[in-house]
Amino acid sequence: MTPRIRVCLFGFGALVVGALLLGGVDGLPPFGHYRGPYGDVINAVAVDERHVTNMATAVNFDYRAFDTLGEEYILFAAVTGLALLLRQGRGEIEDEPAEYAADRRVPPHGDALRGIGLLMTAVTVLVGVYVVLHAHLTPGGGFQGGTILGTACLLVYLSVGYREFRAVSPRWLLDGADAAGAGAYALVGIGTLLASGTFLLNVLPLGTTKSLFSGGMIPVINLAVGLEVAGGFILVFTEFLKDTRKPSEAKRP
Amino acid sequence: MTILPYVIAGWLFLVGLYGIITSRNLIHMTVCLAVVQSSTYVLLLAIGYRVDAGPPIFMEVPVGTPAVDPVVQALALTDIVVGATVTALLLALAAQVHKRLGTLDPRRLCTMRG
Repeated sequence: MTPRIRVCLFGFGALVVGALLLGGVDGLPPFGHYRGPYGDVINAVAVDERHVTNMATAVNFDYRAFDTLGEEYILFAAVTGLALLLRQGRGEIEDEPAEYAADRRVPPHGDALRGIGLLMTAVTVLVGVYVVLHAHLTPGGGFQGGTILGTACLLVYLSVGYREFRAVSPRWLLDGADAAGAGAYALVGIGTLLASGTFLLNVLPLGTTKSLFSGGMIPVINLAVGLEVAGGFILVFTEFLKDTRKPSEAKRP
Repeated sequence: MTILPYVIAGWLFLVGLYGIITSRNLIHMTVCLAVVQSSTYVLLLAIGYRVDAGPPIFMEVPVGTPAVDPVVQALALTDIVVGATVTALLLALAAQVHKRLGTLDPRRLCTMRG
């Protein structure tokens, strides 16, 4: 198929799909006038039912927890696939972190960059942990906080260097966090199944609304997701960065 | 009272698809897929939006305060994180293709090799 025919075919398809979409918009609520009912029901009952104040978290880790389990495993599968693909060329043996990039010179980092970078890393870690821990109270959660924690590790790489980046996120820790996060979620589900007969039913005591220890199982699942996302993201960074490094036996002075 | 956000979602979907179809670089193609994916976020959040309503978080406001739909927000937020890792997986595939075949142009990948 020549590119020309392909674009013509796409143009025809796009017209049909565009028309269908426009037709479909007709059945949607007018913008800014959400009609419910599910969101309204959650907003009305979840604070009383689950003792949490962040409704999106209540949906993710309680009312729709089974779907989130599936989503977390998509993430797990994607990260595992990426690690498999990129490790294939290098072999499974853990090599010593190589300081020198294969195709370019890495200039030494100045003291100002190191200082500011480390300061920002500390702040970022703090924000990440806060966002993960307060998922059920204020905006945030395991998914968002996990990516923030991943960014903190990347800041170490950018401001100090590759060797230090690998030192703060060794592979056993990343693999462990990724696997423990994914496993803990499923184990929580199986635990509730044994305890109550319903998969991922919120069986823990709910605690006082607006306190850190509230929401029953929601903070537990949230912590598992935070661990999984942080581990997964740093693993992705590590695998890509490793690919740009020389093996250790060909070390440059 | 406008349909503009829905039209933007449809446009993002189609323009990303056009990019994928005409792409001459696997990395460009991955970014186009991310554009297609972002159309779903616009659509979801547009459906759940409510004029003059706050976020669905009742930490400092009492229950019953007008709030937008939390269900679509929860969908969008997991989708964004999962989408990021899927993008990373596709980029790893592109890197592997480049290493094996020395090209990133999908048009030159038509012939199978053993």
